[in-house]
Amino acid sequence: MSAEAISPSTLQPRDVLRVGLVGLRTRRLRAVLSVLGVALGIASMVAVLGISASSRNDLLAALDKLGTNLLVVKPGQSFAGAGTVTLPDTANAMVGHAKDVTAASTLEDLGDLTVRRNDHVDKAVTNALTVGAARSTLATTVGATLRDGAFLSPATSRYPAVVLGATAADRLGIDRVGSGVQVWIGDRWYTVVGILNPVTLAPELDSYALVGLAYAENELGADDSPSYMYVRADPGNVDQVSSILGPTANPEHPEEVDVSRPSDALEARAKTKTAFTSLFLGLGAVALFVGGVGIANVMVISVLERRSEIGLRRALGATRRHIAVQFLTESVLLGAMGGAAGALIGVLVTAGYDANRGWALTMPAYAVAGALACAVVIGALAGAYPALRGARVSPTTALRAA
Amino acid sequence: MSAVVELLGVRRSYPGGVEALRGVDLTIGAGELAAIVGPSGSGKSTLLHIVGTLERPSEGTVAIAGHETSRLGDGQLAGLRARTIGFVFQQFFLLPGSTALENVANGLLYTGAPAHERVRRAREALEQVGLGHRLGHRANQLSGGECQRVAIARAIVGRPALVLADEPTGNLDTRTGGEIVGLLRALNAAGTTVLVITHDRAVADTLNRQISIRDGLVESDVAA
Repeated sequence: MSAEAISPSTLQPRDVLRVGLVGLRTRRLRAVLSVLGVALGIASMVAVLGISASSRNDLLAALDKLGTNLLVVKPGQSFAGAGTVTLPDTANAMVGHAKDVTAASTLEDLGDLTVRRNDHVDKAVTNALTVGAARSTLATTVGATLRDGAFLSPATSRYPAVVLGATAADRLGIDRVGSGVQVWIGDRWYTVVGILNPVTLAPELDSYALVGLAYAENELGADDSPSYMYVRADPGNVDQVSSILGPTANPEHPEEVDVSRPSDALEARAKTKTAFTSLFLGLGAVALFVGGVGIANVMVISVLERRSEIGLRRALGATRRHIAVQFLTESVLLGAMGGAAGALIGVLVTAGYDANRGWALTMPAYAVAGALACAVVIGALAGAYPALRGARVSPTTALRAA
Repeated sequence: MSAVVELLGVRRSYPGGVEALRGVDLTIGAGELAAIVGPSGSGKSTLLHIVGTLERPSEGTVAIAGHETSRLGDGQLAGLRARTIGFVFQQFFLLPGSTALENVANGLLYTGAPAHERVRRAREALEQVGLGHRLGHRANQLSGGECQRVAIARAIVGRPALVLADEPTGNLDTRTGGEIVGLLRALNAAGTTVLVITHDRAVADTLNRQISIRDGLVESDVAA
């Protein structure tokens, strides 16, 4: 018996892909349906990551425009622990002349006053709004813009005129300024001369009704002991300015002064994941898992249905390994298709949402790459068991069964 | 004349005590055209699977084209099937969504031949079985006779030493079945060893040698 060595059967790598596609090509609808779950999961994850990245970018861009050199000075806790602490009336002048301070302004709470739509509304109804006395430099110092009208000027500061924060205007139902537009503060009418847009760096202003300091001192008993001080520092020396603000604003009790930099907090908030993001990422992960189970299910059915094909391929020279590789490839291709479709949908959703919000489209590359990798891994995991089952099918029973 | 198939004392039993083959000695020489004939349950399908190396015997030795199969691993047995043995089945087993040409080219898939060569040889094989005009038709668009021709083309595309045909006419009418037998004859005339498994005496009698199987044993072996 002459027996030259037999070369084992071989499947070219390029043919592995071809063979893996056969099942998908001939069962297209099923392939599309089985891929839906993974596509949805990937789409929601990509969209969530894209949208949160876009929103973060937008906030950071806005911060850049507003400047990160704004410092807020607030009276802190007194060691005595009793009573409301305020800053002394010298604070604005002292801070305004300090080195590297480019602008300073103040806001003083007028605690016992409430702002109301008219005099029929009960005095106790505050709408969670506060009346405050503002310097006319306040708007430019914090970078506030006006939705309508103008901010308090040195002239209007002397009269019963009021500027409403964005929230305050909404709660009072006022959307424009004009000669007849008035609100009731204390015991008389004030003309609304301006409405602010939401103030990013000083959001507390949104729920204020601001009257001029001069008028407040004359008529309302204000004494220029600020509740808030807003300070713009030279951008290169913000830290130095921050460290001297306590002693400068309140030389007698520097320890009773709180200095904060709101842009820091905003930046930190922009960078942390919100509960919303985590929730949707979680939902995406669940959809992805279910999608993986869907693929596994379809692959198991496919192996059962294609027993005669398995038998035939074994007769044509396929090894068990070739059969396993074929079904594994098919499953990975399903996962990859789902991943690609999902990533595309996710990018489109992000683009649509961003366009709607007026944000610049920001899609982190890691989100798309990670999603695709995730989908491929899920395809591989889902296909592993069906592939092993396919490989274990005995060719003779597979051929007899048909 | 060297032997293409050589079985010595082949037994095959299954769990549960069923003995499908009970000691078969059989030699098929190169260039033969033989029929294995027997009623259902006689063990002829098991014999086909053992000759086709899809199944190993419980006892005895099997040599195909000089290779003793007990010495070969899964990969080498698969290599033997890919290059040395061609199968033709009663149910054709064509991939329904693929064209005739693709189905035939699949016969070379596991030999590692490059795609363009597989297609070229598949076209030649289809022309050889008289289906040169049906290359692009899908399997589900072909008649039964045409399907079996495609299956035969797939079996011979790798120029195997041995073609095993399992009830090749079983799903066909008499006339078409006759054509298929004619095709196998022509194939044999060109030098291929052909072994036909059938329960149909009439089909078996048209071939050169009839090996009758009954209850797992060779009952008679008649060469014309």
